[in-house]
Amino acid sequence: MASNAAVPFWRAAGMTYITYSNICANLVRNCLKEPYKTEALAREKVHFSISKWTDGKPEKPNDV
Amino acid sequence: MFRQASRLLARTTTATTWRRSRAFSTDLPATPTEDSTFIESWKKVIPNMDPPKTPSSFMTPRPATPSSIPSKITVNFVLPYASELSTKEVDMVIVPATTGQMGVLPGHVPTIAELKPGILSVHEGNDVTKYFLSSGFAFIHANSVADIIAVEAVPLDCVDPALVQKGLAEFTQRLGTATSDLEKAEAQIGVDVHSALNSALTG
Repeated sequence: MASNAAVPFWRAAGMTYITYSNICANLVRNCLKEPYKTEALAREKVHFSISKWTDGKPEKPNDV
Repeated sequence: MFRQASRLLARTTTATTWRRSRAFSTDLPATPTEDSTFIESWKKVIPNMDPPKTPSSFMTPRPATPSSIPSKITVNFVLPYASELSTKEVDMVIVPATTGQMGVLPGHVPTIAELKPGILSVHEGNDVTKYFLSSGFAFIHANSVADIIAVEAVPLDCVDPALVQKGLAEFTQRLGTATSDLEKAEAQIGVDVHSALNSALTG
């Protein structure tokens, strides 16, 4: 079988479909009018809580 | 040798019927929720154990493929955070596939289309509802059900033209100065999305 012709440019640059799709979605969200824009950005906020472990014990977590 | 032959033959037929009863959920009959062919073949081979439940017995069966073309397509348009349209019967849908704007009428061939940033328009009688999609997929099934999934979809009135112009200028400039492949790809994506937004607003 021949290799897939015309790989999309983002895949040729090493990006996956999910990254591409998320970038597109973020760009569209940034172009929204005011009340919708704050709603959309608030909806997409993600909280991370990171804690490093040493000697089998967790240290204090950092929240992002 | 002949005893083996009948066992092997029975095994291949049960394997193929089992595979067939799992393929294409659109081919399942609308009423029974059990895989009757699977259960029969199971009972032939292992009559003493109860057949296990297959995933299809837990699902609501798909509407069967009717023999004549239905008059309307059923659209399911979903986003990660909301279901915009759920089993809505419409006359036509135009989806922004990577190969161009594709119109879907009842009786369309089953298709899987990757979508590019663009406008999705839903035509119901004389009403047209338009949404701008960021990207996604459209699945059109043999029974005239269309599943459209997108990450972000906004009605065109929610888009700010000034921000679109600013974004387009910024990314065109970034495309000019980009060095690595990844930067170029990101800038190109920015240009594509903003120019699609621009033509959606003006066209």
